[in-house]
Amino acid sequence: MSDELHYDQARWSDEEGYEPLLSEKNTREVAVDTPLPDDLTRDSLELPELSEPELARHYTRLSQMNYGVESGPFPLGSCTMKYNPKFTEDLAAHPSGAVHPDRPEKALQGTLELLGRTSEYLAEIGGMDAVTLQPPAGAAGEYTGVLVAKAYHEHNGDERSEIIVPDSAHGTNFASAALAGFDVVELPSGDDGRVDIDALEEAISDETALLMLTNPNTLGLFERDIEEISAMVHDAGGLLYYDGANLNALLGRARPGDMGFDIMHYNVHKTFATPHGGGGPGAGPVGVVDELADFLPEPQVREHGGGYELFEPTHSIGKVHGFQGNWLVLVKTCAYIARLGDEGLTDASAKAVLNANYLAEQLEYEIPFGPFHHEFVASAGDQDAADVAKRMLDYGVHPPTTKWPEIVDEALMTEPTEIENKRTLDQLAAAFNAVADESTETIEAAPERTAARRIDQVSAARTPRLSWQALDDESE
Amino acid sequence: MGGHDTGSPYASHTPAETEQMLDAVGAATEAGLFDIPEEIRFDGEFDIESRSERAVRQEFGGMLNRNNDLTEFLGRGHYDHYVPSLVDHLSDRQEFLSSYTQYQPEIAQGFLQALFEYQSILVELTGLEVANCSLYDAATALGETATLASRVRATTGDRVLVPEHLHEGKRGVLENYADGANLTIESYPMADGAADVAAIEDLVDEDLLLLYAESPTVRGVVEESLSDLGTIADEHEALFALGSDPVALSVLEEPAAVGADVVIGDAATLGLGTSYGMGLGMFATRKEFLRQVPGRLVGAGEDSTGRRAYTLTLQTREQHIRRERATSNICTNQAWVALRTAIHAAYLGPEGLVDLARTCLTNATELADQLDEITGVAAPVHDRHHFREFLARTDQPAQAIVDELVDEGFAVHAVDEHLLQICVTETNEDSTERLVDAVREVVA
Repeated sequence: MSDELHYDQARWSDEEGYEPLLSEKNTREVAVDTPLPDDLTRDSLELPELSEPELARHYTRLSQMNYGVESGPFPLGSCTMKYNPKFTEDLAAHPSGAVHPDRPEKALQGTLELLGRTSEYLAEIGGMDAVTLQPPAGAAGEYTGVLVAKAYHEHNGDERSEIIVPDSAHGTNFASAALAGFDVVELPSGDDGRVDIDALEEAISDETALLMLTNPNTLGLFERDIEEISAMVHDAGGLLYYDGANLNALLGRARPGDMGFDIMHYNVHKTFATPHGGGGPGAGPVGVVDELADFLPEPQVREHGGGYELFEPTHSIGKVHGFQGNWLVLVKTCAYIARLGDEGLTDASAKAVLNANYLAEQLEYEIPFGPFHHEFVASAGDQDAADVAKRMLDYGVHPPTTKWPEIVDEALMTEPTEIENKRTLDQLAAAFNAVADESTETIEAAPERTAARRIDQVSAARTPRLSWQALDDESE
Repeated sequence: MGGHDTGSPYASHTPAETEQMLDAVGAATEAGLFDIPEEIRFDGEFDIESRSERAVRQEFGGMLNRNNDLTEFLGRGHYDHYVPSLVDHLSDRQEFLSSYTQYQPEIAQGFLQALFEYQSILVELTGLEVANCSLYDAATALGETATLASRVRATTGDRVLVPEHLHEGKRGVLENYADGANLTIESYPMADGAADVAAIEDLVDEDLLLLYAESPTVRGVVEESLSDLGTIADEHEALFALGSDPVALSVLEEPAAVGADVVIGDAATLGLGTSYGMGLGMFATRKEFLRQVPGRLVGAGEDSTGRRAYTLTLQTREQHIRRERATSNICTNQAWVALRTAIHAAYLGPEGLVDLARTCLTNATELADQLDEITGVAAPVHDRHHFREFLARTDQPAQAIVDELVDEGFAVHAVDEHLLQICVTETNEDSTERLVDAVREVVA
């Protein structure tokens, strides 16, 4: 067996493009005839019309021009691309779970029990006292947490206008704070890549509603001063928020609740192996300490009289999703946690951290910050990180997250997760090192073995063509 | 399965491999790799017992089976349409299901094309030029519409007018978005289940920012004054947003033609089926608001061979680049549901979609007429055209009827003291006779 992976992605193409659009295969315009008066209806509807076998081929071909976790290594930093266990899909598809949210509670006991169980598991894992499952994604969880903080301060007659976010944080932290009407105070990182205590001292004031932290941070570094940070924020009357994006580093080793965090979200599509689905759906449950439980969205689930019931917390912030979030994702979350249990969860983090360290050890690229945990940020040095990423595609590897965080030049943020074993990590390291030795010319020409070659994103943005109708208009 | 028999079943390191790897990194133990101060280390237990796959399936299957076996006639924003097996099997292919957001477009052409096709289907259904590739659900899409309105308006208006009959979840989500953007929300009255145009004319002033209407409404009423509402919004230089769904839009007048600036709703009425309220936020708007659109957009471009290829585009609107000045905080979205919606729409084709919509119209009318024949029940309450669902007025308390119907194996909504709401699609149409019999028995 050779050191590196070898790869050619399927490519369905002709001279003009790749697989034709549904609309280019066959469309039909039908007259709209209904019991409604004509002035309330459209005259006709024109859409693709294809047979079931044609559609099966269409989407099978599209899938062949797409890369998933089962296609090969996926060390995409900050995204925790784990293998998605098949059995959780089967449970999510269980017909007894396919119910409407407005069913009477007595006819919904199975669903409520599963939700209650999920909340309990998550609370235990995070060291929190109460958990809402309503937020449909990590950013929605952040927003929910920010609203809880806002409601808490307002309830205490203490209106605060600012949220502090480290410069290395996920962009969503800034955007979620702004969406809830807060001013964002950006916290510069210290030279060691962690929170700079002096800068924090400077940033904290009686306007501070919340400090949002990711721990370990996006460099994979644990914020060792977390207890001091917590004391500083709390002494100023603020709250501390834990961004759960990197929780896969800590399972069974440390809990945000024990570090002084008051609010946290869980990215279940990262830590608990629910599929990313090409961008979603995920789920972003939010855990809080006792003092904040009354502010969670409504409804919450609790045990009552031998069964389960829904209730509205006393000072609830109301709703963050029209119903109760992404049910299918929550089923998979709960099933994954139950499958692994204490032992499996702790092992998952241990192996995730071991894998990151083992891979890093073999790389030629420099890794300026450490000790890191489940992920590390290497520097592509003289190479352009974006080109490195494109070239890695040719080795059958989904590349790391690139050019972020900016504290590392030409960043390659790398997170192999626990799913890779030594064999695969060796191949992965060989791919990194092969690219590291390649010329600028070679990596700029990449990728060659993917369905499409290098795509010009700048001109695509300059002339936005966002539908087949736009393409048709252009060709007319 | 190779590897070890303790720890995570999805981390297949053998003990020997683990040793080799620890040696390679110069650590004595796994615990030694963690740089966590001792005071905050966790040395407790979660008290979650590891279980076999079979045990979890059995246990969770048993748990879910505690949900009663009911025939649901429930709607109010979450609908059950039959999802063909094709949708499950194609969307569950790991290349789709286990893929990430398409930040490396060269290796993600398949999903990008599917999302581009999804956007195009929405463009066809709405008549608007731009559709994004998903928000979370209809409620958050309404919230995003309000913040979009506050960004695109030249004037200082801050009033958002919404229907008096609006799903509580949508209203609740909107209130949170509005609070963050310093907007005020007011309800406009409905007359016999539809927008009261005269009352709205009296309500609006130069502070109007956004006028929102739905067709069908949360009560299933087909709105008849959309053009008037579009004109009112236009006259006040406000945005007009319409809530609907892809099935209804297959037959209802084209939103762009009645002056809609934004169309939102739950696109998962196609492709997902009943899933405890999980949805897919549909979002389409006019080209002039392109730079203010929330969420991801897929565009067509070219690769270095000159072939047409797809990519996420106009990303400078988004949080990972623009941070607190982004058009929204959304990152993870509902892409996989959008894929399912597109497959379902393509499966039905134009004729299938129109047929399905026609079924939603005729079934609601027929069931209302049948219930109306029962003494003590009057349906539909509103003298309007209905889509999928309608209200029934009952002499007896509605909640008591709902409770008794559960015992008979049916679920319907109680929306007020003497108002039931009933939703019928092709999935429960075979049970309408049994429902009518049960209602007759319960109210007798």
